[in-house]
Amino acid sequence: MKKPRTMKLSLPEEELVGSGNLACQGCGATLAMRYVLKALGKRTVLCIPACCWSVIDGPFPYSCLGVPVYHCAFETAASTASGVKAGLEMVGDAETTVVAWGGDGGTFDIGIQALSGAAERNDDILYVCYDNEAYMNTGIQRSSATPYGAWTTTTPVKHFKNRPKKDIDAIMAAHRIPYIATGSVAYPEDVYKKAKKAKDIKGTRFLHIYAPCPTGWKSRPEDSIRLARMVVQNSIFPLYEIENGEKYTLSIKVKDKKPITDYLKLQGRFRHLTEDEIKLMQEEVDRNWERLLRKVGGSN
Amino acid sequence: MKKVIMGNHALSYGAMLARSQVIAAYPITPQTQVVELLSEMCADKTLDAKFIKVESEHSAMAACIGASIAGARTFTATSAQGLALMHEMLHWASGGRLPVVMGDINRSMGPGWSIWTDQNDSLSQRDTGWMQYYCASNQEVVDTVIQAFKVSERLAIPSMVVLDAFALSHTYEVVDIPDQAKVDEYLPPFRPQFKLTPDDPHAFGGLTGPEHYFELRYKLQKDMEKAPALIEETGREYEKMFGRYLGLVDDYLCEDADIILVTSGTAGYTARGAVDELRKSGVKAGNLRIKAFRPFPFEHVQRIAGKAKKVAVVDRNISYGHHGMFFQEVKSALYGHDQSPPVFGFIAGLGGRDITPSTFKEIVEITLAKDKIEEEIIWIGVKK
Repeated sequence: MKKPRTMKLSLPEEELVGSGNLACQGCGATLAMRYVLKALGKRTVLCIPACCWSVIDGPFPYSCLGVPVYHCAFETAASTASGVKAGLEMVGDAETTVVAWGGDGGTFDIGIQALSGAAERNDDILYVCYDNEAYMNTGIQRSSATPYGAWTTTTPVKHFKNRPKKDIDAIMAAHRIPYIATGSVAYPEDVYKKAKKAKDIKGTRFLHIYAPCPTGWKSRPEDSIRLARMVVQNSIFPLYEIENGEKYTLSIKVKDKKPITDYLKLQGRFRHLTEDEIKLMQEEVDRNWERLLRKVGGSN
Repeated sequence: MKKVIMGNHALSYGAMLARSQVIAAYPITPQTQVVELLSEMCADKTLDAKFIKVESEHSAMAACIGASIAGARTFTATSAQGLALMHEMLHWASGGRLPVVMGDINRSMGPGWSIWTDQNDSLSQRDTGWMQYYCASNQEVVDTVIQAFKVSERLAIPSMVVLDAFALSHTYEVVDIPDQAKVDEYLPPFRPQFKLTPDDPHAFGGLTGPEHYFELRYKLQKDMEKAPALIEETGREYEKMFGRYLGLVDDYLCEDADIILVTSGTAGYTARGAVDELRKSGVKAGNLRIKAFRPFPFEHVQRIAGKAKKVAVVDRNISYGHHGMFFQEVKSALYGHDQSPPVFGFIAGLGGRDITPSTFKEIVEITLAKDKIEEEIIWIGVKK
């Protein structure tokens, strides 16, 4: 009898994110959690500050996650995680991976002080920022992760955001922590590999994962993966690693860098932009890309 | 073993003897010696603990909360602006039912910048769901830290051990340092009912709708209501083992007193000197020092102060637009009680202005001269 053919899977089958959670359709943050937990496994604890994930997980007394969760105050993901790590070690558990899991608002803005403190001390925590480029949980207000040009409810079309996105990865690199990586939910194997690598490194590790938000971006849920791929292919959000704050490595070498226009067109948040404004955005993307290539070149 | 130590070091010794496992703290005058000594104790392994040198008080309390939910005994110390910065996290610790113990050095709130003592920093945190003990001697500080851990861990409610800036924090006194083996017997290791562990995964503190939140707060209050009896029980247990009783209040010559001075903190001991002198001159004065502000010792205040002809409450704090905060509580305790003497409210010593025996004598003179309460607040020593 012929053996049944089985599909070869590139990620473990075990799911630590349960169904019936409260995510919106096409939510990138949920995929980010799935892939990262597949890499980290059950001996993980999560510290989740105010963010979409504090809702997605489910209300008290429910949780959709197969690992323990401590819901912490908005600006305390990193400091709570530092405390959890120290506490677990003092009660004899040195093995568990302690994760701070925050959105861009909790990371780039209100939580940056605690994050910087933990990184400077090189506390043994994994900080994951899923980046949907605005305060989506509170209803789409701009954060310092919101890109130039984007509409949000606090950057209305008549006064859209006219400053670039904060370069959080460069800020983290300046702390000389052992490991930083960017990821995108359109590249699950890459996210998985980086989370796995981060798990085995001691000290502060920082994963920055691009996570589309159809609700806030005014995009179609079925376009989330497409957008998460395009943003890498057009180099708005390149995938790379930084080791010890110095060694830059590109994870996906983009051969044929695409213009940003098609990416912008799929999102209502950019609908108002004029050709001149798009040109300015393209120039900024090109400059950032060149700067990154110089850093990669300088590392070799 | 007897040692001459400063009030701040009394906090450090208390934290050490309690075998704190995680300390997270940020320096602020006049608290710094607390964390300096603890840093040394952790460095030379006198204390087996992890000291997280955080970048702010907000992170200090967040890290204590993280360590506590992981099952570790945690301690921190702060003062004034630092305590105010922690405010959000104080709610998080009590709402999360985590028995963190913290030292607070009573320092006045800026602006203008002041490093000197008054109680507005800690009393502003009155409604955060923390127990608060106001100490009057370095001995009491060491003993109270140890007791506070026991009570906190039993009730799953955090505690603040409070001492006056400089008047106690930087004053050296002889302290009988309790024997470690006996402290271990008094205070067994922290074994929380719930904790954050992959062996038994749960989510803590998630979105809590109106169908659950109300009951969680009801339970916090019900457990807080158990605190007065538990403080007295653990205080008697402490007395049996160490010879010093740790209660909710400390009364001095109140039994037959016509006038009772109600005080807190170091001013409590100053008041005793004044009471002694007043007694010599024929005034039957007494002193009721309130140690526990939360839970408030209503029953003790009723029983002890209710018997006096007049009560004078001296507050080193002010609730703007109302009164001194101990005054509010004492009136509330005596309201509707069978014996309800007139209660006079005095404000003294804000911003570290000295409270001396003559301050109390003036207060007693004013109180004795009045038949009824004419003004809601009487300020002592205001420059005209």
